[in-house]
Formats: sequence, C-alpha cells, structure tokens
Amino acid sequence: MKIVGISGSIVGSKTKTTMNYVAEEITKKYPDADFTLLDLADYQIQFSDGRNYLEYAGDTGYVTKTIMEADAIVIGTPIFQASIPATLKNIFDLLPVNAFRDKVISMFVTAGSAKHYLVIEQQLKPIISYMKGQIVQSYVFIEEKDFHQKKIVNDDVFFRIERLVEDTIVLTETYTKIREAKEDKYDF
Amino acid sequence: MEKYRIDKSKGLEFGIFTLGDHIPNPNTGERISAKQRLNEIVELAKLSDQAGIDFFGVGESHQEYFATQAHSVILSAIAQATENIKIGSTSTIISTSDPVRVYEDFATVDLISDGRAEIICGRASRVGLYELLGYNLRDYEALFEERFDLLLKINEEEVVNWSGEYREPLKNAKILPRPKNESLPIWRAVGGTPASAMKAGYAGVPMMLATLGGPVSAFKNTIDAYREVAERSGFDPATLPVGTTSFFFAAESTQEAMREMYPYINEGMKLTNGQGFPKQAFAHGADPRSVINVGSPQEIIEKILYQHEMYGHQRYLAQMDFGGVPFDKLMKNVEIIGNEILPAIRKYTANK
Repeated sequence: MKIVGISGSIVGSKTKTTMNYVAEEITKKYPDADFTLLDLADYQIQFSDGRNYLEYAGDTGYVTKTIMEADAIVIGTPIFQASIPATLKNIFDLLPVNAFRDKVISMFVTAGSAKHYLVIEQQLKPIISYMKGQIVQSYVFIEEKDFHQKKIVNDDVFFRIERLVEDTIVLTETYTKIREAKEDKYDF
Repeated sequence: MEKYRIDKSKGLEFGIFTLGDHIPNPNTGERISAKQRLNEIVELAKLSDQAGIDFFGVGESHQEYFATQAHSVILSAIAQATENIKIGSTSTIISTSDPVRVYEDFATVDLISDGRAEIICGRASRVGLYELLGYNLRDYEALFEERFDLLLKINEEEVVNWSGEYREPLKNAKILPRPKNESLPIWRAVGGTPASAMKAGYAGVPMMLATLGGPVSAFKNTIDAYREVAERSGFDPATLPVGTTSFFFAAESTQEAMREMYPYINEGMKLTNGQGFPKQAFAHGADPRSVINVGSPQEIIEKILYQHEMYGHQRYLAQMDFGGVPFDKLMKNVEIIGNEILPAIRKYTANK
C-alpha cells in the first residue's frame, strides 16, 4: 500500500508538526506501508498551466507523479482566509480531474481557533469529491491551543490522529479488496 | 459535400487511423523498433487500401511513446504505397507549424497520391511540443485559431495577402504546389464537448469528433450543437461532413474482443495519459449504446449503423492499434473489416 502525506503549506509550523506525528504513527504501526511525506515547503512547485501532469518537470513533476501513484493520501492543511492555502489548491489544479479515482483521502487540519472547523466541509471536501476521492469522513481538527513550542500538547489529539490513521488504512485495504473483487468479475 | 470529396450515395465512409503511438506490447513487455513501427503503419495502410477501406490517417505527436512526429513524411510514403484509399492527418497540430509549410506538404502529398490527401487540424491534447518547437503555451488558443484561418485561406486562394500576430505577413504570396482538384478537404478535430464542436460550426468547416467513451446520445448532442451553430453562422450543415473516431476491435465474440483489447487500452492510457482505463468504464464498451466499437463483427456492424442513425455522419474512423497491438492482430482486423463490416455498412447506408 502506497501512502503519500502532503503538508499543504509553505509557511507556519502547525501543519508540519501534525504531519510529522502522522508520519510517525504510520511508519511505526504500519511498517509494511510505503509512506512518503511531501512537505510542500521543500519543493519549488510551479503554478498549474493546464498540461497533463506527466508533462511537468523538476519538483512539480516529482510531486504530481508521487501523488498519482498513491493508494491513499493523507492531507495536512492549515486554514487561510476561510479556505485552504493556495499552495495546496495548486496541487489539486496540477492533477487530472479524476486524479483521486480509486484513492482514499483523509484530512488533518490545523487552525488558529475553533471558528474554522467547518471550512473543510465547505472548501476541501467538495474538491476531493469532484476529483473522485474516497473520503474518510471524519477529519482531525487541531487548533492553536493544542500546540506548544512545535509540539502537540493535547492527548486527545494523539488519540484522534491514531484513529484517523487507522481508519485510513482500514478503508484503503477494504476499498482495494472491493475493487479487486469487482474487477475480477469482469471477464476481460 | 463534393468540395470535401464525400459522395453520400456511397454511404458511410469507414477509415482507420493511428496516433502513431509506439508502446511496448503489454502482454510481452517488448517494444518493436521505431523503424518497424513506421514500416508497419505504411503496411497497414496498404492492406487497408487493398481491403477497400475508405481512409487512412496518421497523427502528429511529439511526446514519448510515439513514433509519428513527422506525420506528413509518413503520409507521403503511404501516398506512394497505396492506390485508392484517401489519406490524411489525424491530426496535424497547426498551432505549432507554419501553415504555409503544412499546405506545401499536404498539397504535395495530394499530387503524389493523385488527389487523395486531406488535413485534419487539432490543437494537441498534450503540450510538450510547445516547448520543443519554441512556442508559448499561453498562446494555445490564439495560435490555433490564427493558423487554422490562414491554412483555410491558403486553401481558397492561390495568391495570398495576409497579416496576423504570430507570423510575418504574406504579400501577394503564391503558395505552391496547388492540390490536384482546386482545394484540399480541411477538417477541424474536436475533442468531444459541445463547446469545442461549436468552434468548428462558427468556422463552417467539417468536423472530426473524437469519441473516447460514453453513450452515443451524448455525442449526438455535440454534433447537433455543431450543426446548429454552423447554420446560425450562415453555413448549410448539409454541405458539411461530420466524422467520428473511436476505439475499435473485432473478434469472434464480444468477450474475446474485450479480453484482447483491454490490456492495450489500459496500459497505453497509463503510459501516454498517466491514468489507466477503468474496467467499469471499459465494460460499458460492450453495450450497444456505447461509442466504443468492440465486439463480434455483427455487433460492430449494428453499433456503427446505430451511430450512423443517431449522428447522420459521413465518416467513421477506427482506432485499433493503440497501446502496442501486434501487427498480426491488426491484419486480422483489417481482414474482418474488409470481408464483413464494410459490405454490411455500405449495404445499409448507401443512397440514403
């Protein structure tokens, strides 16, 4: 199972911190999973110009191809101006319309306060649905007061991360089995 | 229709086209050489000609896994190797070539072939050629429109006066040679959406519509939109040919055809497009309402006749070599087309 993590912002630390915990949870508990974390701050990614994702070169090509090869994608995102950051939206824009077909997507969200809780429902989930992703419906929402000095200090957040990682793995395994069983039924 | 060398009394034209993909055979993992692929394309055109097929097309593509970058050169070889079959580009990316050179090339192929050459102009589904040939992707639409217009003008007027944004002006320029019969049929390739088809309608030019998958009825809407816009723009749709293209594979039974064809389509799409062809979508190909012409010869005949009833089109182009299909299977399909499919289609569509 290939899992790709995306840390969707190039500024701030909460999302990066969260995704490091997510990475640790995946690699420690599910050593058989092939996990790659893409921290967008580490790459020079161009804006989408509409071309097929295979045609991008350099970092942009690496990031799009890595995402397209995944069975599951764990997205980490902050909330900026009542939406997702432009850097994350650009990743979606770089990919084909059906990019998340047969992929399971889960979301880890960081924000300054609880006021931003529903932004994901209105801004991120519709994009994932449009791109045909299988969404793990619950997401982990972590706010400012759960962090201290680049560490998560609310134990409940660890439990929530554990649960969402587990749900992501279970749903990916289940979905893969269902798809394989369905494909086997076709006689071609 | 005469202007475009279409004789409706002969019924629906049937053609074969290749994008010129050069992909390993997914069943063996082996890829033939580019030389062999090109020789086999010319050979396939010869066999198609002998089988009485109406048209053979070769497309221009500059990306990895393709061998027909110089498609007009290949068409020239085909012109020499064949006798009666119409030949054309499927398609020419006019956006990144000088229309004067394109016209010179195709008028030449027309003379070599004794009046059998046609041009289908497309905008390219992939954009690597912009960088390769030194163009700015931001001019994607404007380049196509300006150059397509110029190509049409050259086709109408032997002496051309023209000025535009992306090329030096032409002053009393004589564009030679001229084709055998006054002008060349020049089509606009359309990718399937009504919005794209309407552009061909505004220009009042023949439309070649790619139908990759889905129900025939959806593409009928696109063709209707094209004809409506053409009429509103002052053209008579009855004088404008419509062609469609789709995947094609014939075998003894539907199951066998589906089984044989799927790995090529799926692997080919993965390599050239980055995503395979979902089995769920391919399974629809067996449905009589689908645009994909896969099945037994009799089922394919019924599908094509249904498509003809819905579209009222003048030409169907089959894509059967995509994804590394070995040559012996292509030969077998040409034989089936010539012996079984063509006679039936002509019988039911001629003199209508």
